[in-house]
Amino acid sequence: MDGIKKKVVIIDYQLGNLFSVLQACDTVGMNAKISSEKEDILNADALILPGVGAFIEAMNNLKKLQLDVAIKQKVNNGAPIFGICLGQQLLFTESEEFGAGNGLDLISGVIKRFPEKFEERKIRVPHIAWNTIYKSIQNWESTALNELANDDFMYFIHSYYVKPENDSCILTLTNYDSIEYCSAIKLKNIFATQFHPEKSAEKGITIYKNWAKIHNLI
Amino acid sequence: MKSIRVIPRLDIKGPNLVKGIHLEGLRVLGKPADFAKYYYEEGADELMFMDVVASLYERNSLHDIISETVKKIFIPITVGGGLRSIYDIKEVLRVGADKVCLNTAAIKNPQLIKEASRMFGSSTIVIAIEAIKEPDGRYLAYTDNGREYTGVDVFQWAQQVDELGAGEIVITSVDKEGTGQGFDLELVSKISNLVSIPVIAHGGAGKKEHAVDLLKQGTVSSAMISSLFHYHFIKENESKASDLEGNVEFLKQKRNFHIFEPCRIKDLKKRLIDNQIECRI
Repeated sequence: MDGIKKKVVIIDYQLGNLFSVLQACDTVGMNAKISSEKEDILNADALILPGVGAFIEAMNNLKKLQLDVAIKQKVNNGAPIFGICLGQQLLFTESEEFGAGNGLDLISGVIKRFPEKFEERKIRVPHIAWNTIYKSIQNWESTALNELANDDFMYFIHSYYVKPENDSCILTLTNYDSIEYCSAIKLKNIFATQFHPEKSAEKGITIYKNWAKIHNLI
Repeated sequence: MKSIRVIPRLDIKGPNLVKGIHLEGLRVLGKPADFAKYYYEEGADELMFMDVVASLYERNSLHDIISETVKKIFIPITVGGGLRSIYDIKEVLRVGADKVCLNTAAIKNPQLIKEASRMFGSSTIVIAIEAIKEPDGRYLAYTDNGREYTGVDVFQWAQQVDELGAGEIVITSVDKEGTGQGFDLELVSKISNLVSIPVIAHGGAGKKEHAVDLLKQGTVSSAMISSLFHYHFIKENESKASDLEGNVEFLKQKRNFHIFEPCRIKDLKKRLIDNQIECRI
């Protein structure tokens, strides 16, 4: 069956470590490869948009490589996409960060930075921690979070978070030092997490496995 | 929730895991991969690999250790030791590290912090500060495992590191490191109060209670621990000393690690939770 396995492309826009994303894909049996070629994206059956780093730098790189148009075209045509961390943020309309500009605008909403203070308390940023995810409006059944429990721990490392315009796409919430924010979204063929499933031990790998199963990638 | 992280630190020399006192007098304890796998299964929140010799010649063996480790271990991995340039950072990230830890190069050229965090994201850049308390009570930053004097005040340096865009600070008390006498609480809480980024405390854990004392203050984000966990692993697993090169006498003699109360990561975390300190278990 290997010969007809669907092709997953991990989009490389030259920021951060994609090695562990590829390892996670391999571990669950996906036919995944890392690429920054427009053609590969257009020929893929499913996309993973990972990323660590700055929003503005990431969008610039995507544009320079002409991947922004390719990604939008694929997703608008129904190809599944899995955004991780900065990759989730890039799917949104725009960042509130000064001068950061627009994202891919596949989901309406903005990117916000954690405040420096909350109720007179210092908020340490980046938020680097294992933190819990819990249910919001959407049910997790038939999503990549199937089999996971409310309050399972995932690994987070970020200074910004997404604020969708419409709450109905929120799949999980997380609370960092009394600030509650959206930590995963699901909207049609789009699934994205603020946390890093590939760094979240066995439960994170389960998310990769579930996502691959849902879209018949393994 | 505001949970803390427990981070085992693996000091690497060539192909071996080593451990010293005050970052010196290195003893060979075993194969890094064996320890890494065990800590992953035990619920370590991250792993830190520190190349303590960091000669150019041995760099490749560190790269091999990292790329092997990340194939099976799905938690964040920070790598430090001898990284001097953007190129070095890129190479370590390329073989699978999630974060890099800089010390000497950052003190020599603070702009490297700015450049690296802009390029790879703040959260990828961890700055290690090795502090030694001087006879007059000041804390000064040292480099090269506490050997090289810089004259830099650690508190000023920590603030500068924060302003330059680093994502985290690992503060090592060289005086306490490897002694099992407990963390330098004065040092780490002062650093932590001065900066807005997470602070990881390293150096001095000799028993579970030391980590409780450190973390219940609520200022420090993580505890970095080596001896406590390493010695437990050695007691539980017969490390194959005969296969190892270097200073293995210590290991062969199975000397009693009397100053330490070795423990499992799981047991330490249970103790933390019993003390209302939040962490992943």
